[in-house]
Amino acid sequence: MKLYYTTNNRASAVVLQDIPVVEYMELYHDLSERMHDTRYHVAHYFATEIENGLRFFMLVLDDETGEVLITSFIPDYYAEGLASLTAVHPQFHPFEREMHELYGIPFDSHPWLKPLRFSHDRRDRSSTMDSYPFYEIEGKELHEVNVGPIHAGIIEPGAFRFICDGEQVLHLEIALGYQHRGVEGEMVKSDNRLRQTLIAESIAGDTAVGHATAYCELIEKLAGVEVSKSLRLERMIAIELERIAMHLADTGALATDIGFQLYQVACEALRTVTINTTQAWCGNRFGKSLIRPMGSNHPLTEAKIELIRKNITDVRRRYCELREDILEAHTLLARFEQCGLVPKSEMERIGGVGQAARASGLKRDIRHTHPSGYYAEMEHTPIVKSECDVMARLATRLDEVIQSADYVERLLSGYAPSKDIAAPNYEAQLKGEALSFSLVEGWRGEICHVALTNGDGRIVKYKVKDPSLHNWLGLAIAVRSEGISDFPINNKSFNLSYCGHDL
Amino acid sequence: MLFGKAKILRSHGWQYIPDLDAVTLTEEFRGFPILSETKEKDDIERAAKLCPTGAITTAPLTLDMGKCLFCGECQRCAPRNIRFTNEHRLAATRREDLVVKAGDTAPKFDTSVIRPEIARYFGQALQLREVSAGGDCSVEMELNATGNVNFDFGRYGVGFTASPRHADGLVLTGPISQNMAEALDICYNSIAEPKILVVCGSEAISGGLYANSPAVDRSFLDKYHVDLWLPGAPTHPLCFIDGITRLRKKQRK
Repeated sequence: MKLYYTTNNRASAVVLQDIPVVEYMELYHDLSERMHDTRYHVAHYFATEIENGLRFFMLVLDDETGEVLITSFIPDYYAEGLASLTAVHPQFHPFEREMHELYGIPFDSHPWLKPLRFSHDRRDRSSTMDSYPFYEIEGKELHEVNVGPIHAGIIEPGAFRFICDGEQVLHLEIALGYQHRGVEGEMVKSDNRLRQTLIAESIAGDTAVGHATAYCELIEKLAGVEVSKSLRLERMIAIELERIAMHLADTGALATDIGFQLYQVACEALRTVTINTTQAWCGNRFGKSLIRPMGSNHPLTEAKIELIRKNITDVRRRYCELREDILEAHTLLARFEQCGLVPKSEMERIGGVGQAARASGLKRDIRHTHPSGYYAEMEHTPIVKSECDVMARLATRLDEVIQSADYVERLLSGYAPSKDIAAPNYEAQLKGEALSFSLVEGWRGEICHVALTNGDGRIVKYKVKDPSLHNWLGLAIAVRSEGISDFPINNKSFNLSYCGHDL
Repeated sequence: MLFGKAKILRSHGWQYIPDLDAVTLTEEFRGFPILSETKEKDDIERAAKLCPTGAITTAPLTLDMGKCLFCGECQRCAPRNIRFTNEHRLAATRREDLVVKAGDTAPKFDTSVIRPEIARYFGQALQLREVSAGGDCSVEMELNATGNVNFDFGRYGVGFTASPRHADGLVLTGPISQNMAEALDICYNSIAEPKILVVCGSEAISGGLYANSPAVDRSFLDKYHVDLWLPGAPTHPLCFIDGITRLRKKQRK
């Protein structure tokens, strides 16, 4: 029997009937074997209510062929429990934890079956933020450091608990959920698609363009609409501008944490130029309102094309100077090199994605492996580093800013304002009884949205995955055996999203 | 090494904005909306129906900036009724002043309700504690930006501090997630009197897209007095700077 329905990131939405319903144990055995090959990783895995029970859906990505494998299963209502895949492949842990939290599904021999985000519709209401079961180690020499939920700076909340032996971190556990707003529930509450687009923009405000693109591509697949080449190109410019801006912010933040003020202020200034360019394009510094389903309210004009080119050329030149200096700054290198190692094998095991995975030698980049939109028409070479440390995570940023700036300059040279960009469409009829997904490489990594529609083409289930869901565990692993004072630079080198995780 | 740093310094030059009050934002920026009534109501009714946060009422025509996410879609539906200007000074001292009516030409900033001790205690220096309770990180980044090399709000003695014990007030962002409600309350109560409460961003002011979400608990705002409301999605750094500056000014009797 066929275990998977095979599709790719450019194909239209999948009719639910075409997705095989398999025996869980068969799938379990297949995945136990299959996932040892690092070309595969899980992109999404969730359950949805059906008549008399739950139907589970899973999306597995094949990085080599660009295929997306979709499967589903309906366990017996009276089944005692499901054999945990996390026990074999830790990359399944957030998904199994989520389903355990929401539906009480017991995953047998799951090593870490703790609450994921304390969502409002969790099954066990007696489990609260305050009763999070932190891991404990007993010992006279050890002490615990509790940080959060409110942190020292102006950032989002999350609770961090370190177990230290002197200055050395033995274990870090990160408890999240403080930012839970009920994104997925709000997404299906109303059919107002402008509202849904704005919710997508607010999933993680620093990835507004990334998540909005994921939402729009998903809707376009469901509507069976292919958008014009110009619109695809302009969306790509928007997402690359976002990448530049956030990588600049993180370069600056890393410099701040080691007291390197020159780099910090230079990056702040460069980021201001970049996001003000986005603001001059669409009126919002974070690119909110720029990405809309099937069209755009802000097609590029002659003057805007010129402005973006001029500013990005300038940012690129100034950042190059900074980059050269950073790569020679021995005091900076002394802090960043060989600190916060996440070896490639670990990154594979936890299913790391995006820029952090690439810094650990994993060639995982949706723009390369599963391109959609304008990326499908060009050749993108992911920037991969093999050092696996804080410096490697900075170095991927240093190179990706230059790469993205090159893309923006190249795409805009010779680009004239286009007439075939339509106004947004919030009304199109969507395919009924279908599953639609989208994969987008945001600046943090792989964003995956999945929607299910009912017979009338109404979205009845919406699932969001921010790359942070995979990568938070990477941060916890990075700081193991490091000095606790190196936590901030490790944290900044990942810069993961709290709200994107908590939803 | 040193040569490289000198090059970076020269390339960047002076970055700070000398007069923060003189800045005019790009034409594209959507700030204060100007509303006009028309006899024909079809357009504005369509806009009101489309508005994702229900910020628009049609009879009489009003737009609540505390709910508005400044997406600009209503202006496209009803260009004769709504026009967003690039006015970024949107601060208000009373919640109801955020509701813009037809004919209003500028945001209302009622100085009569500002407590006199604010200028007395915080006119020279003001340290704030920010708490994000379900904020989407964009408002938080804009608040960080107020202290950056361009805006440099620190030059007027305003900054953000880590401990609520060192703070003179709290800046709230986000629609207040249930899971953060208690921590927010504890933090606010850890700040010594006299203190101010600033609510920053439309999602914090009204709950925004999450106003009716079961994962949100907004009782905090019913309990405490708010001194300053700053709309926006996210609030522009200059809107924050302008609002705080006017709040701290000595009022003439």
